Amino acid sequence: MRWFWIDRFIEFVRDTRATTIKNVSFGEEPIDDYLPGHPHYPHSLIIEGMAQTGGLLVSEVGGFQTKTVLAKVSKAVFHELIVPGDQVLLTAVVQDKKPSGAIVEGRVTVNGQVRAELELSFAFLDDRFGPSGLFPPEDLLRTLRILKLFDVAVDQNGNRIHAPERMLEAERQAARKMVQSRAVAQSKLS
Amino acid sequence: MQVSEDVFSKVQAALIDALGVDDDEVTPEATMVGDLGAESIDFLDIVFKLEKSFGIKVATEDLFPKDILTESTYVQDGKVTATGIAELKKRMPWADLSKFEKNPRVQDFGDLLTVSDLCRYVESKIA
Repeated sequence: MRWFWIDRFIEFVRDTRATTIKNVSFGEEPIDDYLPGHPHYPHSLIIEGMAQTGGLLVSEVGGFQTKTVLAKVSKAVFHELIVPGDQVLLTAVVQDKKPSGAIVEGRVTVNGQVRAELELSFAFLDDRFGPSGLFPPEDLLRTLRILKLFDVAVDQNGNRIHAPERMLEAERQAARKMVQSRAVAQSKLS
Repeated sequence: MQVSEDVFSKVQAALIDALGVDDDEVTPEATMVGDLGAESIDFLDIVFKLEKSFGIKVATEDLFPKDILTESTYVQDGKVTATGIAELKKRMPWADLSKFEKNPRVQDFGDLLTVSDLCRYVESKIA
């Protein structure tokens, strides 16, 4: 199972706000299994979806190199269950940002009705936790493309945000490595 | 040094909200880390709430002068030197350092701040 609790970005303004969609399906194991007989989108996974939305929002400005982790759920109020068939909008708004972390306010709606209100704190890990990002850049880039982040992302002036060159270069290198390893494998076969 | 009731009640509200503690736990003498259980990430939340509540800007270095606690000019054998203490007093005139001064181990600095200290810091910013 892949640990993604958002399907697509539909809004992304650098360091300001982002909205993602999550389509809730009966076919997803955690939704069917969490409370047998009463399939619904578990609250913990709503928080995770908002953490993914807000975490990407606050780490983009550093070219996705900031080691961002969810550190605290300061507020989580759930008004009504979210069930299979619901299309959920998760909106994250940056409240505060400092070198050590950020605070994001989250609002979860279905058909315009508020289903949950959240406040999350993210910590930015320093070099004690390793010199590079938490994910291989080429893998993260693929995920961001699947989530359509670069289709909607703009800076505060409305200019399009493109994939960072560092990630594109990592992707090119990974592709070259793959081609080379296939060539070696083929030469061994022939 | 007394702090105003208005400042105390707003600081108290911020701490109750950020740390999930009861109002009777947030006394002026309570230490943020030891008594109220604040962890490093909680300070981000506390600072955010204080900034919002009082309309002030709080720099993390104001509350944790990292350079004084790490640089060899100010620290020797795990203890803050007399020069370091003098610098701390200069930068943190709102903090009661009398207890820390007696045995200024760097590792104990984290549990130095009390609710009163925080209130006086806020008062220094809104003055």
